Amino acid sequence: MGYDVAVIGAGIVGAACARALAAEGLRVVVLERDAAASGTTGRGEGNLLVSDKGPGPELVLAQRAAALWPGTVAALADELGPDFPAVEYEPKGGLVVATTEQGAEPLAAFAQTQRAAGVDARVIGVDDALALEPHLARGITAAVHYPEDAQVQPVVATEALLASARRHGAEVRTGVEVTGALRDAQGRLRGVATTAGEIAADRVVLAAGPWTGEISSRLGAHLPVRPRRGMVLVTTRMPHRVFRKVYDGDYFGATQSSDAALQTSSVVESTAAGTVLVGSSREQVGFDDRMRVEVLRQVAAKALRLFPFLSGASVMRAYGGFRPYMPDHLPVIGADHRLDGLWHATGHEGAGIGLSLATAELIAAGIAGRAAPIDPSPFSPQRASLAPHLAEEAA
Amino acid sequence: MTEVLVVGAGPAGLAAALAARARGAAVTLLDAADELGGQYWRHLPPQRPAARERALHHGWARFERMRRELEADPGCEVLTSAQVWAIEPADDDGRVGADGRLIDGGDRAVAGAAARAALVVHVLVGPVDGADRVARSIRPDALVLATGAHDRTLPFPGWDLPGVFTAGAAQALAKGERVAVGERVVVAGAGPFLLPVAASLAATGARVVGVHEANRPGRLAAGWLPRPWALIGAVGKAGELAGYAWNHVRHRIPYRTGSAVVAAHGTDRVEAVTIASLDRDWRPIAGTERRVEADAVCVSHGFTPRLELPIAAGCAITSDRFVVVDAGQGTSVAGVYAAGEITGIGGVDAALAEGAVAGHVAAGGSPTDAEISREMRARRTTTDFAGRIEASHGIRSGWTAWLDDDTLVCRCEEVPYGRLRATGDATCSTGLRSLKLTTRAGLGICQGRICGRTVEHLLGGDGGFADGVSTDRRPIAAPVRLAELAGASAPNRPEGHLRKETP
Repeated sequence: MGYDVAVIGAGIVGAACARALAAEGLRVVVLERDAAASGTTGRGEGNLLVSDKGPGPELVLAQRAAALWPGTVAALADELGPDFPAVEYEPKGGLVVATTEQGAEPLAAFAQTQRAAGVDARVIGVDDALALEPHLARGITAAVHYPEDAQVQPVVATEALLASARRHGAEVRTGVEVTGALRDAQGRLRGVATTAGEIAADRVVLAAGPWTGEISSRLGAHLPVRPRRGMVLVTTRMPHRVFRKVYDGDYFGATQSSDAALQTSSVVESTAAGTVLVGSSREQVGFDDRMRVEVLRQVAAKALRLFPFLSGASVMRAYGGFRPYMPDHLPVIGADHRLDGLWHATGHEGAGIGLSLATAELIAAGIAGRAAPIDPSPFSPQRASLAPHLAEEAA
Repeated sequence: MTEVLVVGAGPAGLAAALAARARGAAVTLLDAADELGGQYWRHLPPQRPAARERALHHGWARFERMRRELEADPGCEVLTSAQVWAIEPADDDGRVGADGRLIDGGDRAVAGAAARAALVVHVLVGPVDGADRVARSIRPDALVLATGAHDRTLPFPGWDLPGVFTAGAAQALAKGERVAVGERVVVAGAGPFLLPVAASLAATGARVVGVHEANRPGRLAAGWLPRPWALIGAVGKAGELAGYAWNHVRHRIPYRTGSAVVAAHGTDRVEAVTIASLDRDWRPIAGTERRVEADAVCVSHGFTPRLELPIAAGCAITSDRFVVVDAGQGTSVAGVYAAGEITGIGGVDAALAEGAVAGHVAAGGSPTDAEISREMRARRTTTDFAGRIEASHGIRSGWTAWLDDDTLVCRCEEVPYGRLRATGDATCSTGLRSLKLTTRAGLGICQGRICGRTVEHLLGGDGGFADGVSTDRRPIAAPVRLAELAGASAPNRPEGHLRKETP
């Protein structure tokens, strides 16, 4: 039996797409090489941020996603009942601080541009920042409060989206790896070859995160998505002393950088369970997943600049993952112009948890041939900023 | 001179350090505990020496001889209270292949023992609770891992009450502190370790009201001699004293096979236990339950090897989850050797033999050298032991029938059995990482060291999970304070290999 859509990847983007497409009444199958949320999704902090995005299409996508999350969380809870674990959605807000004199002015200027784009970005005094976060270091020089930032437990959210997709008739097949394309006589994509046999589908949505590069090649339409490694430290449980998502203004610079070398910036937040998550790092080292102490050292040192009280906190585990990095710093959402039948939903770098819902909305609207609530064209694989990279890959 | 780092100073690690020294290597021997000897030769601190140490420990004289020799040896640096918290690849002068082996100029893997370990071992030295542990980063030529095993304990209703101990903890209190865990003690579980524990408890003045081995006589006889206490002798010379001690007390301690503690009762601490007969798959037989007054319970269902360091070093692990080793105790990673319980639960004689072979080969020797022929023979004769223990005492699947929905499976995160199952059913997840993060089982301070294998079993992953994750992988191998991490010495620029300051 053929499907209307095969979604490749059961991370949060694939899960959100599967749910949105199944809700359209389409017959959907999700194909996952390992297990749900076993890749990038399970290795992040669950950021739903507008604060780290400057004016532009990604901010518009983030704002749309921020609007979708509360209703989706409520709908999932309603649909899945009390036995399903909570997705731990917390609209806790973010606090971005500068720790140097030079950092103060750019932080406020950045907030000003965001405000012009409709972001609730409140430049506050150091005293007000310390009132919001009493355990913050005394030496901060500037602060911006972003009430729209939120957090979710990304693995539970993914499982919830998949469970909901199943209730709408989707099939989720784990342990199935895509090995190639099925094409018709006209060259149009008609499904995929997998380790579990051929699976016919009218359309294929590729949501394989940092593994998209390899899978898109197997399908015959390469997309230059590269892995960008990151590490997070997890402390033992403690009484809540970090109330928002607190990060150093350096973080924005790191997310927007194209530098392959190790970059670290501090991002600190508590989880519902009482642990504190300490990030973050960015480096391009392929899929090398070995832990490096130098990365941990830098991340720890920077976190202590924000929250000195953490010096005695015990780190009990560290985990690392690979963000799907695009050379032009924008996700790819939409139909592939080179291979009819192939759709992309990938390349969100570190923002995929938050952006997943808005991405799925664009994919569902595109496949249904409906107008989307936001303009999808900036995310198209055909966009001008991506063209040189596609050309380079083809060469 | 070859520099050999030995991690773990139980029987295997001590034997490895001595053998490496005998072969002329410079040795650093470290252990997380504040005394040498490991779990096996756990003893009173030197400030409170016991005249009877010898009587409580088998092979005590041998241990003292090994310890004295190493402590007096200027070529061996001994570090106690030393926690290895990370092992990472070294950026080496030689290149490292995808398999972790050094590659020489001709792009060929450097053969066998000659290859230098391409790893940096990060250590914190000092009391775990102390504020000023000293960081060390060691870049050895060869690394011997002898990290041993910890108790495996299956949950049962009431197992989280004060007064319920792992048999290992009870044994440690008896051996290390001379404290009996209670006045009326029930010992239960599976495996030959129950008997020396009962003997130690009796020696420290407790009344052991019963020893309950879950397996039935038929299964025990298949692996051991018909008399259950004789299995202690089967361990070999090392078992003799424990066997002797057991023979001394067995006329006063009832030994019951095919039975288990299926619940502990009490408000503030254990007051009684329910004991039931089990069928051959360890399912409690209805109608056999009886209540026994007791103020302490010691439970052991075997051992779980401590695999986080071998995994961090990149060592291949067998399907039954021990470190893969060759005839010279070499692992799949060049320059890294393993000995003792992490290569198979084999008891002290196997650990001593494997340790000696590992130390000898790590220091540049060959397994065919005459000076370790005795250990090579001992190694061969004791390898059968692990199989016999598994055949006779391995955990059977029926035990889950004694769980209640309220029984805590993960104690750190307080995850009860009912919720664990309900969540697993609700998400239909096939990946262990997702199951852990949705149920929270195994995410607490012990990082699944206590509950990990139980959680895997209960979530149906005996055949492995779709994401290939196991609870054995812990890249941070011991908790580290953020301040210690921030000050961690940069890798690949380790300080020199320290020698004893006074020769």
